[in-house]
Amino acid sequence: MDTFVQQLVNGLTLGSLYALIAVGYTVVYGILQLINFAHGEIFMIGAFGALTTSLVLFRGQTGLWVLPFMIIGAIIASVGTAVLMERFAYRPLRNAPRLAPLITAIGISVFLQELVRLNYNHLPFTSWNPFNLPDAKSRIPFPQIDVVTGPAFQIGGVTIQRSAIFTVGALLMCAALLWYFINRTKTGRGMQAVSQDADTARLMGINVDRIIVVAFALGAVLAGIAGVAQGLQNNNIDFRMGFLAGLKAFTAAVLGGIGNIQGAVVGGLVLGIVEGMATQYIPGQFGGSPWKDVWAFVLLILVLVFRPQGLLGAKAVDRA
Amino acid sequence: MHQRSVLRVGAPLIIAALALSACGSRSDTGSGSGASSGNKIAIIGVMAPLSGDLSALGLGIQHSVELAVKEANASNAIPGWTLQVEPKDDEGKPDVGKNAATAFAAEPNVAGVVGNLNSNVAQSTQPVLATAKIVQVSPANTNPTLTKGADFKTAPKRTYDTYFRTCTTDAIQGPFAAQYMFKAGITKVATIHDKKAYGQGLVEAFTGEFTKLGGTIVDAETINPDDSNYQSVITKIKPMSPQGVYYGGEYPQAGPLSQQMKAAGLNVPLMGGDGIYDPKFIVLGGATSAGDLATSVGAPTDQLAAGKKFLADYAAAGYKDPAAAYGAYSFDAANSIINALKVSLKGAKDVASVRQATIDALGKVSFEGVTGHVAFDQYGDSTSRVLTVYKVVSGAWAPVSTEAFK
Repeated sequence: MDTFVQQLVNGLTLGSLYALIAVGYTVVYGILQLINFAHGEIFMIGAFGALTTSLVLFRGQTGLWVLPFMIIGAIIASVGTAVLMERFAYRPLRNAPRLAPLITAIGISVFLQELVRLNYNHLPFTSWNPFNLPDAKSRIPFPQIDVVTGPAFQIGGVTIQRSAIFTVGALLMCAALLWYFINRTKTGRGMQAVSQDADTARLMGINVDRIIVVAFALGAVLAGIAGVAQGLQNNNIDFRMGFLAGLKAFTAAVLGGIGNIQGAVVGGLVLGIVEGMATQYIPGQFGGSPWKDVWAFVLLILVLVFRPQGLLGAKAVDRA
Repeated sequence: MHQRSVLRVGAPLIIAALALSACGSRSDTGSGSGASSGNKIAIIGVMAPLSGDLSALGLGIQHSVELAVKEANASNAIPGWTLQVEPKDDEGKPDVGKNAATAFAAEPNVAGVVGNLNSNVAQSTQPVLATAKIVQVSPANTNPTLTKGADFKTAPKRTYDTYFRTCTTDAIQGPFAAQYMFKAGITKVATIHDKKAYGQGLVEAFTGEFTKLGGTIVDAETINPDDSNYQSVITKIKPMSPQGVYYGGEYPQAGPLSQQMKAAGLNVPLMGGDGIYDPKFIVLGGATSAGDLATSVGAPTDQLAAGKKFLADYAAAGYKDPAAAYGAYSFDAANSIINALKVSLKGAKDVASVRQATIDALGKVSFEGVTGHVAFDQYGDSTSRVLTVYKVVSGAWAPVSTEAFK
């Protein structure tokens, strides 16, 4: 029983992380019908933004008060990247065939990875490194913050890590704020309108370009927070962390019904829990950690066979 | 006043030179100095991960070979010839390594290659270099099949006569760790490996010896090397209450694994092979990595007089990256090639025509290196079977016991 609860906790933690990233895929898809494969890199850059903030501004300090600044640093880095990406890579292709932005997304993903890998600790073509930043070619330890990292809590036989509480808490808070933003603010309602019918929304006086930028920025905010959460959890970050996480989050978004924000959250949590349980309870040759991804994708296929619109997707699917 | 103006002209010049050299390509880093011109050129290649997770080890290998070549050129070890180092990045990947090996095979001046770091990469570079009859000396491959073939336990058979190594193998390293753990009173162990040739070989050898001694393997797990969260595996192992975890793999995964193990309340030592014996393991593992164990080949470099001299020379040469775990082995690997070339290049008109002679000469080298006596047996393995157990003590690896494996 303890083991079951433990894997449930692990799954929820991992799932919260997937959910935070998956929202970014789903928001952009809902408005542009674009699968932004570079979103995983936004998450990675968020983590590096937090690391940079901590190293440059608060060298070696581990007080809890550093954390908000790290989160702000992560958000600035990820939103900045996402907005630039939208402006210079996607907007010129707004009316191009749908394959063009998709391939562009893959190109941006590779570009951002290599940019961080080669140039994190110096400006391009120089060796100028005033803050003595570490080399990003290999894994970098992530700063550990008092209170949110440290000895785990024991409840019965179940170990709950402090970073897990941070991750789940971050998801709850973001989900609540997101709900409020989408349903109760003018911009949020504008987003809903654009996702339903962009042309009519434009006729109604909604600035569609602005709404699209907001959608990218919104996804990036959550991805940046997820970057910090992953850093705290795994104790290290590297330039490739966005690839696998992005793939899993995309799976989560599809699982929940792409375009649907609640669906992304549910899909993320389900995916995380399935991975945890598959490691524990599938016996024999096809069990254990190496097969957990296989089972996650088996689930995805089953869901898509019987519910092509995803767990919470709308009935009539006329896209994708 | 005069000095001021020298400064005024000199400083920008130096800055410009520095900036330019920073822009320069990677390929011009090698080459020795001090040799007279008009000499013929022989190239010693280096294949190692010079970027990526394992670059800390790979750059140590590259610079150690550079140091060996620099010293050989300075002492004019091979009259009439100047040695040059040509590093190629294998990124720790078999396909990239194969491309690097193919490039070396096409160069007529390549006399020998030091590398690879990873056993699975060497598996793909061995046949390429063997076809070109270029000797390859690895400072770090510990998979036994590379020299003795797939049936290394029952019917060892040399696979490629161009392949040699200066380190001992997992067939020795795994059992050595098993003996150490069992002697330390640890009888219940969980094993984890990363499904790569190195990790799996290590765990298999460990498991064989450990169960023979009377210990129990409570659980055998694997991880995906691209993952960075190992909670689900740790949760699975924890209820079996192992007294230790044996990990087959390298530090980029082992460090976070150790950290996450202890954060999840599994407070037992993690032990691994030479792949985790690196300062970066402790950086990634954090403060809770204290007490973790690793075996590595040979005696600690800084405990031998020759090893101390090597480290001092390395420091004096001013390389940007530390010699790391395989520096001394790479230095010896390069010197074994240089020693063989002393025989084979004597009176030769070019490198390509004496490649078979180089293979023969390398099999017979015997000299005192910085890791101990360097010589190869009939399979190309190092004749040295000395290993050391290291432990993380206050943020650094400290040797706890050095023994010859029986």
